[in-house]
Amino acid sequence: MATAAQRITRTPAGDGPADKTAAAAAYEAAFDAAVAADERIEPRDWMPDAYRATLVRQIAQHAHSEIIGMQPEANWITRAPSLRRKAILMAKVQDEAGHGLYLYSAAETLGTSRDELLDKLHSGRQKYSSIFNYPTLTWADVGAIGWLVDGAAITNQVPLCRCSYGPYARAMVRICKEESFHQRQGYELLLALSRGTPEQHEMAQDAVNRWWWPSLMMFGPPDDESQHSAQSMTWKIKRHSNDELRQRFVDICVPQAETLGLTLPDPDLRWNQEREHHDFGEIDWSEFREVLKGNGPCNEQRITQRRRAHDEGAWVREAAAAYAEKHAAKGKEAAA
Amino acid sequence: MTTSDWPLWEVFVRSRRGLSHTHAGSLHAPDAELALRNARDLYTRRGEGVSIWVVPSAAVTASSPDEKDPFFEPAADKPYRHPTFYEIPEGVKHL
Repeated sequence: MATAAQRITRTPAGDGPADKTAAAAAYEAAFDAAVAADERIEPRDWMPDAYRATLVRQIAQHAHSEIIGMQPEANWITRAPSLRRKAILMAKVQDEAGHGLYLYSAAETLGTSRDELLDKLHSGRQKYSSIFNYPTLTWADVGAIGWLVDGAAITNQVPLCRCSYGPYARAMVRICKEESFHQRQGYELLLALSRGTPEQHEMAQDAVNRWWWPSLMMFGPPDDESQHSAQSMTWKIKRHSNDELRQRFVDICVPQAETLGLTLPDPDLRWNQEREHHDFGEIDWSEFREVLKGNGPCNEQRITQRRRAHDEGAWVREAAAAYAEKHAAKGKEAAA
Repeated sequence: MTTSDWPLWEVFVRSRRGLSHTHAGSLHAPDAELALRNARDLYTRRGEGVSIWVVPSAAVTASSPDEKDPFFEPAADKPYRHPTFYEIPEGVKHL
């Protein structure tokens, strides 16, 4: 989150073509050395175009996910079972908006504007996490999202706090601190249901059954099919592979599910003493690809609602800008 | 008119009395007053601050990373500015 003055895209300068090549090589060497030494790259530093493009794509998708992610949970604010749960849910949804804004700011330091990113989201040219294309059918889904979806997000995001790009890493530090509340409120909610009436217990189990597999898909395709992974690891944007993080998440969840008194919907899930990890069943990647393609249960609904919120908020943005303009003019008159 | 017409602001937050304001991040807002309110909602949702500054990003002048070495070089060869540069006999107290 740097200043506008820092948002200059720098290119190597020189007098002749030979100079340019030499200067470019020097810039690239400095960049590689900084990444290798685990230093952070900051907005005004020279960086390879592909590094910049990768970061914009990843940070934008991350920001969009936070903003779209407000919808499935906001769906339950008016129907929260108590004032306590309602206040918690409102705070959580507000946090998601905040996380989106931190991330848009980080993306803007790379020379793109928030408007441009929103436009790409609205026109389907940039994606958000597939998980938000699933519906929240019962109140227990709010708990399952907090425990599993936010839990998976935290597993993904903690290593991003050490990402090589400074503004992204700093945004992630702030986000991770706040996500912890999201996960714990979800776990507490599920625990209350699980220990409640048989109907409530069943509702909690049903929510976990529906959210478990999509949560595992949040880590992305298996390592041998992940197209961006290798380069992102070299650049230290990514620190661990998709499969490694997915395994970590499964290992964390198994004992947590036991305490909840709920089961995870995978008959192949068992402890492997040799690997010292849990083995788990095959993920249905065809479902993942379908949702990614736009054929999930809620793709259409999510993006329509996002566009509508943006259009219906236009008058607020215009009024605030007009007010600011008028007062700036008055200030000048008074000074004259 | 879209939000791109809203300028960018840098936000500085004093986390508690006795400490200086620290850069927290940036945001868009149409004017200073709304920038302050947005900053409160965005950067102090958990009591992270007791005071906020907002500064138009365009008003910040920054040193260039390209000139980093020459720009800061005058400080690099003056170790005598550090107390550890001086040799003092053992046993001398309060120095």
